[in-house]
Amino acid sequence: MVQQLGYLKETPSQTAGPYVHIGCTPNFCEITGVYENDLGISMVNDKTLGERITLRGRVFDGTGTPLRDALLEIWQADSKGLYNSPSELRGTADPNFTGWGRCPTDMETAEYRFETVKPGQVPFKDGRMMAPHVTVWIVARGINIGLQTRVYFDDEKEANDKDPILQRIEHRNRVPTLIAKRDGSSYVFDIYLQGDKETIFFDV
Amino acid sequence: MSNRKPETGAFFQRDRQWHPPAYTPEYKTSVVRSPQRALISFDNTLSEITGPVFGHSMLGELDADLIYNYAKPGESAIGQRIIVRGRVVDERGKGVAGALLEFWQANAGGRYRHKREGYLAALDPNFGGCGRTITDDDGYYRFRTVKPGAYPWPNGVNDWRPAHIHFSVFGHGFAQRLITQMYFEGDPMIWNCPIVKSIPDKAAIEQLIAALDMNNTIPMDARAYKFDIVLRGRRSTLFENRMEGN
Ligand SMILES: [Fe+2]
Repeated sequence: MVQQLGYLKETPSQTAGPYVHIGCTPNFCEITGVYENDLGISMVNDKTLGERITLRGRVFDGTGTPLRDALLEIWQADSKGLYNSPSELRGTADPNFTGWGRCPTDMETAEYRFETVKPGQVPFKDGRMMAPHVTVWIVARGINIGLQTRVYFDDEKEANDKDPILQRIEHRNRVPTLIAKRDGSSYVFDIYLQGDKETIFFDV
Repeated sequence: MSNRKPETGAFFQRDRQWHPPAYTPEYKTSVVRSPQRALISFDNTLSEITGPVFGHSMLGELDADLIYNYAKPGESAIGQRIIVRGRVVDERGKGVAGALLEFWQANAGGRYRHKREGYLAALDPNFGGCGRTITDDDGYYRFRTVKPGAYPWPNGVNDWRPAHIHFSVFGHGFAQRLITQMYFEGDPMIWNCPIVKSIPDKAAIEQLIAALDMNNTIPMDARAYKFDIVLRGRRSTLFENRMEGN
């Protein structure tokens, strides 16, 4: 026998199910009067620094059908590359930017949409800069554990080419699944849960 | 939590054998919603080490009281009154202060208040089904609700969900983000459920079963269930080759 390490096991995940809106965005599913607003519906205000962008897209299942019951959350740095988090020790992030947003896919159009700012660059642990990116977390009925991916931007080619995470992806033909396409002031980022175009998901 | 130094270490690797895999054909919806390629692994960067935190000031007075937070004045939700309480800790056993918990559930008859829900059990006009709270300085939380009913769902011909409460949990880093479900001690339905059985290890399933806690029961009022939640732990940054923040 040896000493026990004493670590606990992480609580296992279970699917968010079809009624995730009740808990996470009750106003969206017409449960009004409990919370004033749904948490995470607004990331910016009129004082937020940086370039305003819309990040939008749909989430497709293996049959090509877009999910109308998914919930997405994003987490990103502000326009200067700082996170609005106590664990951010490099400086103070823009107080007018939350960095975190939550959006259910529309029950009709299946689209998600975040009004946010283009993030700045954040250093990798060895000091190299990561390209501007947004972390995305997707839950839904039929998804047993939240799926995590990243959105990069198609007009940041130079930074993307040097990005330490993108560089380590062995199958180079999959890298474009992580890159949002600019369309006016929007970036479009469609997510494919499986199939030929399957988005890269991370274990991080 | 304000007088505690924020931690900046990377989180322990997630034990994906302990969690349900993406593809669990007994739970049919997972078949076309499960990625088929391997996840790509990398050690946490600042993007995963950091995460949003929420202040107690965002909470309304009745946010943690589902019996009253949707009820008309002077009325209350129908069902067995229960208190759910527990502690959010990380894998090192440290209490997680300031963790936002959101919960949602069916009413006592097993019916959700949702336009996509078609079960014939009646809606309770005084029950919305959502609540939230934030853990205290030691990681403890509690809320009051009614015990949810079991309900049938379209999967197999005769599949029923055991009584459960859904939980969404934020720790201090986005890599700790977790959604799960709490079950109730003694419910024989737990072991028949395809969603429960998406978790391969029996001990992991047992981690989701709240214990009846008669010591915290309020006599003549509400029974109590204890449900502790474990989030990913962090590595120490002491010997990282580059001290974060330096
Ligand atoms: Fe449920």
